[in-house]
Amino acid sequence: MAKFRKGGSRQMAALSTASLPDIVFMLLFFFMSVTTMKETDYKVKIKLPTATEVKKLEKKSLVSYIYVGAPLASYQGKYGTEPRVQLNDKISNLIDIPDYVESERQSHDEAERPLLTYSLKVDSDAKMGIVTDIKQELRKVSALKINYSTLKTERKGNY
Amino acid sequence: MAKKVGDLNASSQADIAFLLLIFFLVTTSMNVDQGLYRQLPPPQEKDQENHDKVNERNIFIVLINKDNQLAIEGELADISSLTERTIEFITNPKDKADLAEKVMASKKLEDATKENKVEDIKNWKKLIEQFGDIGITKGVVSLQNDRGTNYETYIAVQNAIVAAYNITRDKFSQEQFGKVFDDLSADEQKLVKLVIPLNISEAEPRSVK
Repeated sequence: MAKFRKGGSRQMAALSTASLPDIVFMLLFFFMSVTTMKETDYKVKIKLPTATEVKKLEKKSLVSYIYVGAPLASYQGKYGTEPRVQLNDKISNLIDIPDYVESERQSHDEAERPLLTYSLKVDSDAKMGIVTDIKQELRKVSALKINYSTLKTERKGNY
Repeated sequence: MAKKVGDLNASSQADIAFLLLIFFLVTTSMNVDQGLYRQLPPPQEKDQENHDKVNERNIFIVLINKDNQLAIEGELADISSLTERTIEFITNPKDKADLAEKVMASKKLEDATKENKVEDIKNWKKLIEQFGDIGITKGVVSLQNDRGTNYETYIAVQNAIVAAYNITRDKFSQEQFGKVFDDLSADEQKLVKLVIPLNISEAEPRSVK
């Protein structure tokens, strides 16, 4: 019978892990540059609709978000199941929108104020009634630049 | 002689970096925000009537009712035909009497001179220099929806209309500059926007059918 060579007689050289931190740091910087901080926790369910003609939101700092959708299950006891408005991280009422716009304006320089954009993140199952109401509230306080947040799909058909 | 410093043990550096990496992965989100930009009309003042009359043929009426049905110029239609119909309306290639009128750029320049709008005069002059005296569409797309309309349908309709404008602009840019609209310089884009202005009007809220 052949004898097995005894283990441990031939040892592999230790793998140098000195460059591991560098690699991980590289990954870290990559992720830091391509991702953005989550703005708020959603308290409403939002499934965005899709569109083909989308434009990217430039200058994140000049964008304020308004979320619309049915409250999540854990909030339904308090707020019901009908689509509601969420401003910052609170489920609010329509009458709170002018205050929200005002506070957003206050937190920016005067020069930047006309450039403020309001991004409407609305659930695709919501009805237009609430969206129309929000648009009217925004118009009342002259917040006229809006953006309907959507996901991007490719254009169908050949043009 | 300097004192010898013992080697710093750097083996935990990787762990620290991993920790940071995982922290950023959790707290950040990858998705880029994007969407359809729209400018709302300024607030309407009380008892102010809309005086500037637009000729009937220059309005392209799109209605969406609470059952998400679409009507183009009073007839039920499918959303897939909307882009094509809108393109036909704004370009009006056969000069049909029921589609959008065109106004010559020289006329626009004349109007701007009358009203003494310095910026406009400059723009129209530049436009005539660049493309010659071409017709500019007067078409306005009027979008009306019901409170019960689904948001998804509304966005699909908005998207179809914007698509029509983008396609028209792309085609025009391709003819004039040999490039698509997005690849033009800011000045060229401004001119193309003057030739094909994005006119979507959303009526004051009311119920549709």
